Amino acid sequence: MKTEQLIDMLNMNVEPVDGRRLARKLRIALAAGALVALFAALLVLGVRPDLKSADALGFLLLKLAFAVSVVGVASLYLMKVVRPGGEQKTHSLLVLAPFGIIAVLAGLSLGNAPSSHWRTMVVGDMWLECLLSIPIIATLPFAVIVWSVRRFATPTDLTRTGAFVGLVAGGVSAMGYALHCMDDSLPFVALWYGGTIALCTLAGALLGPRLLRW
Amino acid sequence: MSSHEVELRALMMASLDGEAKAHRVLLERLSRHLRAYYKNKLERIGRSAEEAEELMQDALMAIHTRRDSYDPEQLFTPWVHAIARYKLIDHLRKTKSSMTDVPLEEASEVMAQDDHTATESALDLNRMLAALPDKMRRAIQYVKLDGLSVSEAANKCGMSESAIKVSVHRGLNAMAAAISRGQKA
Repeated sequence: MKTEQLIDMLNMNVEPVDGRRLARKLRIALAAGALVALFAALLVLGVRPDLKSADALGFLLLKLAFAVSVVGVASLYLMKVVRPGGEQKTHSLLVLAPFGIIAVLAGLSLGNAPSSHWRTMVVGDMWLECLLSIPIIATLPFAVIVWSVRRFATPTDLTRTGAFVGLVAGGVSAMGYALHCMDDSLPFVALWYGGTIALCTLAGALLGPRLLRW
Repeated sequence: MSSHEVELRALMMASLDGEAKAHRVLLERLSRHLRAYYKNKLERIGRSAEEAEELMQDALMAIHTRRDSYDPEQLFTPWVHAIARYKLIDHLRKTKSSMTDVPLEEASEVMAQDDHTATESALDLNRMLAALPDKMRRAIQYVKLDGLSVSEAANKCGMSESAIKVSVHRGLNAMAAAISRGQKA
């Protein structure tokens, strides 16, 4: 095929393009992914039964605040890296901020507690449930967002894009799991929420080059 | 800011608005820059000008079908370069060449040169077209090759205008995907 032929074809009846379409489609996918994760968490795990107590509610809000801030920052970066060359303008260190803040708070709370309590504060009662639930639930929003990126976007740094998809998926999954989780200590949230979300990010980074090629 | 950036970006903005003339000039200019870029890269590993032409057509097709991924608030030439480089790496990976033979960052400027010497690539438009599902093939044939208007094509196919537009869009995407998979079918 001659390039002239190709250009003739591409140029024939050329239509205007909606520059906001990509961002719109991706926002829909993010919202859908979050809903799917919340429904899955509610359906499989249910809401913690002690929500009437102020302490429980306070910790639920804190966990949600952590997860929401992870998702918020990660989505902003994701919207950039799904465009060709978007990774060049993205330093992405800000995604570490929520993890840093929760780690500092966890450290302070450990410092204020007698060392005999440390073990329960860090390990909690349900660390294994948390360790399994967040990554498993995260596969659903991950699939939804990957589908949308494959269909509508053209990232040129697939590892980084995959990592952001994993981070967002882990974050919305943690939002869902938080509704159920009864382990109320900052070190628990920092370690098990932070750790599982980081795991989802790593999985996304590894899968990105395979799943997101175009 | 280079004069390439200013001119090409203006052309891109016009082409996003659907101005056919600007779109053609843009594609022609980009094709020359990309040809020089790929020839230069592939020559170092002993590949032919035809292969470079095919890679350039692959990139050009991607630029056209994915032009909605350009963010008008950003510079235009880095967007083109990112696509060009992505397609190069993808091609090298598929043809199992060692990337160390091809210095990727050396000329970060796709715009540095241009090359008017067109060759014919091994891609066959008719065969690519024949591989498409019926609806897409007819929509592309009428609207993108025969030059019928969307409403004329809609009448001929007994489809709505929006269905024709969707078929054209999907057909081009399918052709772009076929080119980048390296299927000459």
